[in-house]
Amino acid sequence: MTSMTMIEAIRDAHMVAMERDDTVVVFGEDVGYFGGVFRCTQGLQERFGDHRCFDTPISEAGIVGAAVGMAAYGLRPCVEIQFADYMYPAYDQIVSEAARLRHRSAGDFTAPLVIRMPTGGGIFGGQTHSQSPEALFTHVAGLKTVVVSNPYDAKGLLIAAIEDDDPVIFLEPKRVYNGPFDGHPDRPIVPWSKHPLGEVPEGHYRIEVGTARLHREGSDLTVLTYGTMVHVAEAAAEEHGLDAEIIDLRTLVPLDVDTIVASVTKTGRCLVMHEATLTSGFGAELAATVQERCMFHLEAPIIRVCGWDTPYPHAHEWSYFPGPARVGYAMRELMDA
Amino acid sequence: MTAITNEVLAELGPGLLADMIRVREFEERCAQLYGETKIRGFLHLYIGEEAVAAGVLHCLEPDDAVLATYREHGHALLRGLSARSIMAEMFGRREGCSGGRGGSMHLFDASLGFFGGNAIVGGHLPVAVGLGLAAQMQKQDRVTACFFGEGAMAEGEFHEAMNLAALWNAPVLFCCENNRYAMGTSLETSESETNLAIKAASYEMPAWTVDGMDVLAVRAATERALTLIRAGGGPVFLELQTYRFRAHSMFDPDKYRDPAEVEVWRTRDPIATFGQALIADGILTTEEIESIQQAAVAEVDDAVAFADAGTLEPIEELARHVYRRVDGVQAAEVQR
Ligand SMILES: Cc1ncc(C[n+]2csc(CCOP(=O)(O)OP(=O)(O)O)c2C)c(N)n1
Repeated sequence: MTSMTMIEAIRDAHMVAMERDDTVVVFGEDVGYFGGVFRCTQGLQERFGDHRCFDTPISEAGIVGAAVGMAAYGLRPCVEIQFADYMYPAYDQIVSEAARLRHRSAGDFTAPLVIRMPTGGGIFGGQTHSQSPEALFTHVAGLKTVVVSNPYDAKGLLIAAIEDDDPVIFLEPKRVYNGPFDGHPDRPIVPWSKHPLGEVPEGHYRIEVGTARLHREGSDLTVLTYGTMVHVAEAAAEEHGLDAEIIDLRTLVPLDVDTIVASVTKTGRCLVMHEATLTSGFGAELAATVQERCMFHLEAPIIRVCGWDTPYPHAHEWSYFPGPARVGYAMRELMDA
Repeated sequence: MTAITNEVLAELGPGLLADMIRVREFEERCAQLYGETKIRGFLHLYIGEEAVAAGVLHCLEPDDAVLATYREHGHALLRGLSARSIMAEMFGRREGCSGGRGGSMHLFDASLGFFGGNAIVGGHLPVAVGLGLAAQMQKQDRVTACFFGEGAMAEGEFHEAMNLAALWNAPVLFCCENNRYAMGTSLETSESETNLAIKAASYEMPAWTVDGMDVLAVRAATERALTLIRAGGGPVFLELQTYRFRAHSMFDPDKYRDPAEVEVWRTRDPIATFGQALIADGILTTEEIESIQQAAVAEVDDAVAFADAGTLEPIEELARHVYRRVDGVQAAEVQR
């Protein structure tokens, strides 16, 4: 075991995957020489050469489209979109090409590729550098969508995603790159070196796509969440003295429904949280699933705490962000219902 | 320096120099304020490239429209947005030109035809074509000047915009600020054809390469382009060759450029060279340039004081302007 930040863990996952399988190639804007704006691909070009890790022009549609073609003919591209907010020019390639190739060719061609994107706010990026667009992917049949919350999972999931035979959207909340951010921007950053999930095994291991993780066991209520909000939920529960069971979904599609059902059946109360805007967010899917599967075990209506239905504000980002105060308030409401 | 009569130079020179100095001074202060965390998030400085914005904007009419990138503080200032309103925006204050919602990358002012501040590379180019077409359809004389970096030329939106503009004869001036690097990616690793004017010309529009370190050359090329556009000749593309002296943004360690290369370009500093030329031609004295500098410092001091005294937009109001408010129905809610 080595202590790693999430950036180092992602880097290490690339290293391991590229070492084991020389069909794995990495490309994107500034990922080669520069090592990526968040440094997630640092050292790959030195180690594997510029034919396996290379820079692209600012061409998101080209990056994803080329990855689809390469994947169809036997390579395993793992590409980076510098910020999830820059994904939109590539959306056609993601939806119409990557996601649908297998189905429309009746399995003749497939697109085993990974598209990594940093997501989320908390760096004063305003509306064009803070988005969490996971629901735009989960709505598309043919894509798998992963959101990571810590170094241990990030490495195992990225390796599994690269080895997956379907296209995987791999979302990395930038606020947890360097530590388990609990939603208190005014407090000093806790580094991953002080957190058990910052302990990362060396070499190859997989965390299967489609499996949730029980982040904290509890009996008062179930929190269904992912990414940065896992840590926010933990802080909020602690601050409000509640014994919350927190499930880090890790993969949104395919969803680990069994883990969700087992927990909500046990606690009878369910809080759904994400940083993305509320309306048509993935939380709606979660609430519907819980309602369908756990209706007769529920002791209170399901509550969602999410980003507002506005673009991500610049100056007020910490109000938009569903921090411990808002989450704690919702938890109390859920307990009192 | 471009050939120009001494009378014309005497008339234009001091103003152009003052424009560039104002931009430089404003941005040097921004860098400092970033260090003090008064400005937060993203900050992209234009230092070294001032001759481009100064030369182009000098030629535009009040009715024209301007679109720029996230490296747009200078364009905003020279378009006539007050230093106060820009600085307040950068501080996230409601007194800012975008109500504090946009920050450094999203400066807007409709009254001055300033259409951003656009942080998505290439995203504003097709919109510029639309602004141009609106003018054409409404039979207005408005020209749309659209600034973008050479990095944007790799995006599909660039190519769609160029084709549509030429096809529909839209009155758009495409101003490519070629500073040779898109973040850490050099022109050579980004473009199959590095002669950008040749690339643009294939869309059947006039396209010229211009020395973007020479404000007079920029001004002359812009005048020529605007004459063509206003006469109904359709879009023109200018490749303005320039260089940014600073890193891409405040997050960039700037390791991809040879420091010697930066030094060579610094000897062509558009402000220093133009200032010296004006002194040599007897148009300005060192003291006069010094007082232009002083005025710029005072303008920025005032802007910073204004921004410092600014307020934050009340949280309840953040849902405003998501949609138009109709009969008290507010589709977007801010929940606390
Ligand atoms: C669609 C999109 N992709 C990537 C980015 C990230 N990005 C911001 S600026 C930049 C470099 C742009 O270079 P260039 O167009 O040459 O302009 P410059 O910054 O040099 O002025 C990149 C890659 C973005 N903002 N939008």
